[in-house]
Amino acid sequence: MSDYAHPEALVSTEWVVQHLKDPNVRMIEVDVDTSAYAQGHVPGAIAWNWTTQLSDGIRRDILSKADFERLMNESGIRPETTVVLYGDSNNWFAAWAFWQMKIYGHKDVRLMNGGRKKWISEGRELDTQTPAPTPSSGYQASEAENSLRAFLPQVQNASEKAAAALIDVRSPQEYSGEILAPPGLPETCQRGGHIPAARSVPWGLACNDDGTFKPLAELQALYGEAGVEEGKPAIAYCRIGERSSHTWFVLKYLLGVKDVKNYDGSWTEWGNLVGVPVERGAGKKSAKGVS
Amino acid sequence: MKPQEYSERNLEVAGWPVHLTTYRLGDKFHSIADNVSPGACLARTTADTKEEAEAQALAKAERLLARTRRIL
Repeated sequence: MSDYAHPEALVSTEWVVQHLKDPNVRMIEVDVDTSAYAQGHVPGAIAWNWTTQLSDGIRRDILSKADFERLMNESGIRPETTVVLYGDSNNWFAAWAFWQMKIYGHKDVRLMNGGRKKWISEGRELDTQTPAPTPSSGYQASEAENSLRAFLPQVQNASEKAAAALIDVRSPQEYSGEILAPPGLPETCQRGGHIPAARSVPWGLACNDDGTFKPLAELQALYGEAGVEEGKPAIAYCRIGERSSHTWFVLKYLLGVKDVKNYDGSWTEWGNLVGVPVERGAGKKSAKGVS
Repeated sequence: MKPQEYSERNLEVAGWPVHLTTYRLGDKFHSIADNVSPGACLARTTADTKEEAEAQALAKAERLLARTRRIL
């Protein structure tokens, strides 16, 4: 992990074991499947539900600054707290939470490398009790740092003028337009395909079989082939923005690309717009399966 | 409690690749079926035996995957 641009943004499962009783560390599980936590979690960890606590379902937006501050206070998080996030699906929504914490300026946020899968596969202790953290008060977030977030006009500019490397992190079948949603999940768009000029790099190609991130050299080769270059802006997107926050983390914190944005509108925005171009087929980069 | 008897395997269900993870926690077996690409959980089940937990997870996954339309 030490080769990464920001190794401090990752902790190992062993590091977590050594800090389970550290009062300045708050462990938080964020799962795609929000029922996973109740079946057993890292001792002392609390859970955030991405559907109710990490998004504004009415506006279809990230948390407001006030709601973010409320969540931090309810979770007993102070500005100096070290927050370690982990979850299922190799940290998809843990990365989504990480992204929002950086948008609102929390200084010390980390991902547990390998997430819930690695913790369980290593046979580590699971707890079914839900801790009740002592709430904090007066947490003050920064104003939203929207340079971490791509909005539609920026994505259109990237598509039309190659202003940024556009990375589609969905499965090859979603990218090509063969399917409208991940297999088994509800269809949430009117049409299939990808944003013109986007290159396909499925999120899972950044991970080893045990859920941890691949070594730096492999990540550099993977994203370099897709047009990600030092000094050139990059935008990652998927269907609703959680898989792309995983890739956003890889590009920004492991590879050190300075200007990386997560397009959280993603395909559920672009794929439902009237009058915007869509490409179909495998595109420039041959679609590979997720390892 | 510590998870034990952890196992993972890939198989095909309703024409789609599925990743099946199972482990025992205490006296219960937990099974999770996810779609390999992109990796989202399709089913999470709990039962008294490994076979039962896996059968329930695969049955639920099959119901969901069978609804997936191939457009092209």
